[in-house]
Amino acid sequence: MAFEFELPNPNTQNPQTNLSEADLVRRSASSVPVPARQLTPVAKLIDVSKCIGCKACQSACLEWNDKRADIGINVGVYDNPPDLTPNMFTLMRFTEWVNPETQNLEWLIRKDGCMHCEDPGCLKACPAPGAIVQYSNGIVDFVHENCIGCGYCVKGCPFNIPRISQVDNKAYKCTLCSDRIAVGQGPACAKACPTHAITFGTKEEMQQHAADRIKDLKSRGYQNAGLYDPPGVSGTHVMYVLHHADKPEIYAGLPNDPHISPIVELWKGATKYVGLAAMGIFAAIGFVHHIVEGPNRVSRDDEESAKRLAGSGRS
Amino acid sequence: MTAYDVEPGDSVHPGDPVTVDRYTGGARINHWITATCLVLLALSGLALFTPALFFLTGLFGGGQLTRAIHPWLGVVLFFSFFGLFIRFWRANLWRSEDGTWLARLRDVLTGHEERLPEVGKYNAGQKAVFWLMSILIIVLIGSGLVLWDQYFAAYTTIEQKRLAVLVHSMAAIIIICVWIVHVYAAIWVRGTIRAMTRGSVTGGWAWRHHRKWLRELVGGKTT
Repeated sequence: MAFEFELPNPNTQNPQTNLSEADLVRRSASSVPVPARQLTPVAKLIDVSKCIGCKACQSACLEWNDKRADIGINVGVYDNPPDLTPNMFTLMRFTEWVNPETQNLEWLIRKDGCMHCEDPGCLKACPAPGAIVQYSNGIVDFVHENCIGCGYCVKGCPFNIPRISQVDNKAYKCTLCSDRIAVGQGPACAKACPTHAITFGTKEEMQQHAADRIKDLKSRGYQNAGLYDPPGVSGTHVMYVLHHADKPEIYAGLPNDPHISPIVELWKGATKYVGLAAMGIFAAIGFVHHIVEGPNRVSRDDEESAKRLAGSGRS
Repeated sequence: MTAYDVEPGDSVHPGDPVTVDRYTGGARINHWITATCLVLLALSGLALFTPALFFLTGLFGGGQLTRAIHPWLGVVLFFSFFGLFIRFWRANLWRSEDGTWLARLRDVLTGHEERLPEVGKYNAGQKAVFWLMSILIIVLIGSGLVLWDQYFAAYTTIEQKRLAVLVHSMAAIIIICVWIVHVYAAIWVRGTIRAMTRGSVTGGWAWRHHRKWLRELVGGKTT
């Protein structure tokens, strides 16, 4: 029997934090010592086939993170708000898709948000030391007091997730409820999900759970059901069960083979080193040239010649 | 001889030594505004370019302020340099002697002025700096606007922003290298910096480095 991921109620009596700076494996624009312990990698599994589109996850997210979405306008689709915002870290994206094989209309609902990549492009692009961190359990978190609001994370992210606040000029995204996970809880969205379409546990448990779900979906005719844990970013700590895993792009543009853009790799890689070297070489050439050649001075003859020329000009 | 590169305000004053007015007060103020902006832009830009230089954000009051100030400095530099461009573009047009001068770069670098053709107000090296700066500043302001998320985030796609940040950083590296050449040349060729501080050079300096320009100035006085 497939196990249900009923998360225990929070321990409100003296909760112990089990996630700290000592658990960092990556820190933007800086380095961290190798952590003394390795936390068990965690994952959130979003089973798209079980989602009913109730948006309880969005409400729970706003509630837990103490954010408020602006009152919106109907833009003709169920998505509300129409896109992720600095306050709305997760968003149900609704797609009406006609299956060409069955001619059935399928309502695909994908809960969008940070994927918590094992190889995070945002962290790679970030220029501010410690503004983006990765814990050994896989959570990628933004540390807002270090954020400078440059938007480089937006360029680094293969999933178009970070949003820059116009209020405080800092980047925001899903934290995977790192503050809840630190005290042994699961993410607020998983807690709120009435159909258990969102489950949370160790990455291994979630992969097993996904395998069961995929088996079930295949038995019901979804031949291409599968797990979305893209290897292009070395896997993610938010994974999807998709009924059509062969074409993730039909789920509101979920990337088929996400990876950090080669432009970002070039910018943060070769350009940085070649650039700094070029500036250094130019400065060094000047220094050496001056030592070898000495200053280029105007001679007494030059001044005399100028005087003669100026004199001749006046006469 | 046509005085094609004599700029308004250029004139010769006989004496010992002869002095030659090279830059007006307006041109010098214009230059120093541009220079200040360029240095501040380089410092703030390098701070965000590599983690090793992030500490430079301290000069601007922290990361948030560095991020906020950098684009505004860019706007000031753009308009300030535009003023320089209007002043200097005509004298920086390429002339036949510039090719010869450039071909004898070895003599330039070893200080053998006597083997070089007589040049006007600017030599080929100075003209190269002028045009490279002009082109790079257009590239930098263009790509910079794409990166200015505070006001223009909505106008471009993320892919365009990625390309812009790469182009912006490459152009910045090149312009810093051009700037190093520009500053070094002014230091190496003694008697140059006073042109940008006091506005004048000695007649000997003009004779040695820009003889054609000096001849034009002297010739112009006779008519």
